[in-house]
Amino acid sequence: MTKKTRILLKIPVWLACLTPWALLVSNSLTSQLGPDPTKSLIHSTGTAALYLLMISLAITPLRRLSPRLSWLIHFRRLLGLFAFFYGSLHLLCYVSLYAYFNPATVFTDVFKRKFIFVGMAAWALLVPLAITSTTGWIRRLGGKRWNLLHKLVYLSVTLGLIHYWWQVKRGVLSPLPETIALTLIFLARPLTTFWANHRRNNPLPSSQS
Amino acid sequence: MLIRKHNLLDGSAIPTSEITPQAKYEQYKRLSRRGLLTGAGAVAATALGADRIADLLAPSNRVHASTKLETVKSPLTTTGEQLTTLQDVTHYNNFYEFGVDKSQPAQNAGTLPTRPWTIKVSGLVKAPKTFDIDTLLKLHPLEERVYRHRCVERWSMVIPWVGYSLSELTKQCEPLATAKYVQFLSYFDPKVEKWWSESGIRWPYSEGLRMDEAMNPLTLLTFGLYGDILPNQNGAPVRLTVPWKYGYKSAKSIVAIKFLSSQPPTSWNDQAPDEYGFYSNVNPNHDHPRWSQKYERRIGQAFYAQQRTTLMFNGYTDQVGSLYSGMDLNRYY
Repeated sequence: MTKKTRILLKIPVWLACLTPWALLVSNSLTSQLGPDPTKSLIHSTGTAALYLLMISLAITPLRRLSPRLSWLIHFRRLLGLFAFFYGSLHLLCYVSLYAYFNPATVFTDVFKRKFIFVGMAAWALLVPLAITSTTGWIRRLGGKRWNLLHKLVYLSVTLGLIHYWWQVKRGVLSPLPETIALTLIFLARPLTTFWANHRRNNPLPSSQS
Repeated sequence: MLIRKHNLLDGSAIPTSEITPQAKYEQYKRLSRRGLLTGAGAVAATALGADRIADLLAPSNRVHASTKLETVKSPLTTTGEQLTTLQDVTHYNNFYEFGVDKSQPAQNAGTLPTRPWTIKVSGLVKAPKTFDIDTLLKLHPLEERVYRHRCVERWSMVIPWVGYSLSELTKQCEPLATAKYVQFLSYFDPKVEKWWSESGIRWPYSEGLRMDEAMNPLTLLTFGLYGDILPNQNGAPVRLTVPWKYGYKSAKSIVAIKFLSSQPPTSWNDQAPDEYGFYSNVNPNHDHPRWSQKYERRIGQAFYAQQRTTLMFNGYTDQVGSLYSGMDLNRYY
């Protein structure tokens, strides 16, 4: 893929990633956030963060399906950073609209309420990943160490999903579709590895990365 | 002239007895638009009876003139609060038999068969009875009572309900001295309420009150809101409204009332006892395990204007505070 096509393709990806944000801003200005706007704000930012993180994690398994999909790697960092962007907005909504900027309230919530604790942990884990997402940092850390560090994203997305489960009422199954999707994404890596090895007729998993 | 009259109806500073149901108001608006188009004819028709004509012009509208309830004023009505719009009251509902999302009941509850309907009163009473809904509607003059409505999820509304004190029905059945609790059971039919399995609740929905709570005049047997019969999604044809308790204590679409000597099992308490107590009094000093109950969000306001301080017993301490004197409300939450 040429640099020009890559840049051209990034425009729609940027637009798609900015759409939830644009909708929130325009709906806030026109009072179209529904009967409980505060809840709409916090739910939609949280959902956007979780979905973008899941999409970014789906890229590697998708690439393994066919060498023709390898160009998808150029969008992973963008999606990850947008996931962090929405995660940060989600946190800002909590700190402002739920904790009213009161540090004592935030402190109590984080250490008293497990769903807030895991949510906060999911966001905190993304901070070092966002910082080290630049090419400079990849070079400084070295590919291997950088890769190891960025495995934290799996922990972050899992905590994010637990945060969702613990936030809904007990017995309510609304996070189930996301859980199934994430399980499939997690299983896709070992499955595609297995499939690739099988195709090469090589019983030893020597090519595992 | 017509237009100006309608604008008056839009205000919030009118006595509640003069509030026009919002759907009616929308009908008037629609009618006035048509009236302007078709000239004097429509204006004359308005004078003859806007309700009937409006229904003829908009037959698809869910709220019909024939469903309007005659009400008298009540000293127990809450004053000084801006009412939540009919649109929000009827499209933001927790009615888990029709789905766990708050927009689902308005879409799904249309098939709830509200006629014929009876409430069977049984248990520790001298006179067990089965009341027909139309008998109940005439049992006592209907009152309009504006109440604050506080959900355990931290949102709140202000709703003009229509009904009378539950004690009026209770008196008819003469509870025995051994009756200490009252249980309320909601309608349940998995064929109608196909969304029942979206939550882990054991159906039918069950709620309960202590006898003195049930006999408190604030406890309202509710048949309508905004001057009309209850929309299905709000618990038609008859529900309970217990304004000093979190919303889920107010059972919807009631089919049975039982007088008991011991505390009945209640649905949300059964589902998560650490989160939802039997009493469930609105209490800003007792946190829900997942959040503080100190504040609430008023529905229908801009996000920066939603916050309200939650009041003890939802602001009804004068009427109900004495019921709990000497009780540790952190233990009996």
